[in-house]
Amino acid sequence: MEAVLLQVLAGLSNGGIYASLALALVMIYQATHLVNFAQGEMAMFATYIAWSLINAGFGYWPAFFLTVGIAFVLGVLLERLVIRPVENAPVLAVVVVFIGLLVILNSVAGWIFSYTIKSFPSPFPGALGIRYMSPHQVGALLVTLIVLALLYLFFRFTPLGLAMRAAAQNPVSSRLVGIRVGWMLALGWGLAAAVGAVAGMMVAPIVYLDPNMMAGILLYAFAAALLGGIDSPGGAVVGGLVVGVLENLLGAFVIGNELKLVVALVLIVGVLLVRPSGFFGSVQVTRV
Amino acid sequence: MSGLRAAYGQTRVLHGIDFRLEEKSITALLGANGAGKTTTLRALCGMVRTEGEVRFAGRRIEGWRTEDVVRLGIAHVPDGRGTFLHLTTEENLRLGAYTSRDKTQVAQDLERVYGYFPRLKERSRQQAGTLSGGEQQMLAVSRALMLRPKLMLLDEPSFGLAPLVVRELFSILRTINAESGVALMLVEQNAAMALNLAERAYVIETGRVVLHGSAADIKSDDAVRRAYLGY
Repeated sequence: MEAVLLQVLAGLSNGGIYASLALALVMIYQATHLVNFAQGEMAMFATYIAWSLINAGFGYWPAFFLTVGIAFVLGVLLERLVIRPVENAPVLAVVVVFIGLLVILNSVAGWIFSYTIKSFPSPFPGALGIRYMSPHQVGALLVTLIVLALLYLFFRFTPLGLAMRAAAQNPVSSRLVGIRVGWMLALGWGLAAAVGAVAGMMVAPIVYLDPNMMAGILLYAFAAALLGGIDSPGGAVVGGLVVGVLENLLGAFVIGNELKLVVALVLIVGVLLVRPSGFFGSVQVTRV
Repeated sequence: MSGLRAAYGQTRVLHGIDFRLEEKSITALLGANGAGKTTTLRALCGMVRTEGEVRFAGRRIEGWRTEDVVRLGIAHVPDGRGTFLHLTTEENLRLGAYTSRDKTQVAQDLERVYGYFPRLKERSRQQAGTLSGGEQQMLAVSRALMLRPKLMLLDEPSFGLAPLVVRELFSILRTINAESGVALMLVEQNAAMALNLAERAYVIETGRVVLHGSAADIKSDDAVRRAYLGY
């Protein structure tokens, strides 16, 4: 029983990280109706920035917040410079742009920082640990919950958050009330990049820092976003936690650690086959 | 506005339309299906590519981006009502006041539109997509009012509504015009209703103004009525 509890708690901690990345995917999906395949590599790149800052002598938390800020700016720039020009391009063209971004970010990170695996510090003191969880697991879970809560408050209660939701839903009407829709989309990318950066920095002490560190994490995040419903932010969070726990339990007791990633793939295929809208997603009905 | 031309891609829809709107007035823009009424409204607020000249309070605004035109105080109630279906009624209204930074004023305006349309107050927390057609039209008008516009463009507000609801809506539009002095420009297929409300009217046909004058004159001219308005 204790072993199960241990795995569940560890799963929640990982799940929080999947949840943040899944949320970043959902935010961009809502604005563009496409899944951003480069989300993981954006997070990885941001984590390298944090690593460089720490190595340059910054304390962990200054480096953390600076990285979130830089990631936000880079996300906005990416939307303005790379995504905006293909705004009206066919879906496949945009998908290719996303994949191109993935490959470019991955190679550039390898080129600048080398492919050698690096360790990444965890900022959480030993006192944070509880009986079944390491300090980093508790800390990562706390940080993700804070990020998720802040995002919820932002989107739910601020005029800017409302305008961003409106711009994603109905760009034409949004312009008619004076919302600068282009900037809202760019802000969405900035926020998604910032949230991804947090996820990257939280997962790096566990998986170590290397250009391919997010490949697996992104798969879990896809599974989480799909499970919750790709257009549902709340669903992404629930999906992330469920995927984290499921992955850990199955890995520990059923299929072994080697096949853990398969859980994500099976979930992705399963959800798409059985219930494409996920648990909380809206079913799109089109009259033809 | 003079010599207004507009096109969707290669297709010219408007071929040089001239008209002027007086401050605080109500003007009707009439014409058959496909005459270019909706396009005229869209051209005014930068939703289609336009040529020609559009002046608003002395400023040339043709070619401006929609969001900048809106910020001048031109509110557009689009055809299809443009409801944010997944947001609540109140969120829809708050979006209407997006360009305003004055919170107390927004709160006052919210009360004011709830005064005009008490039904919206009852439904303030409900998802706007669940409102009836009439309620969504009221919401669209209210959202436009939240902008505190100087000019409100209304695209077929009577479309798809029961006659009783249309009558209620039009009488509130008259009140709004009288109380807040917002100029209204009304595109309508329901010419009889529109002419009752408006002071002046323009009739367009295939992208050209064929007739304009006071609403009363147009209404009383049987030949005109039969030729262009079909009733």
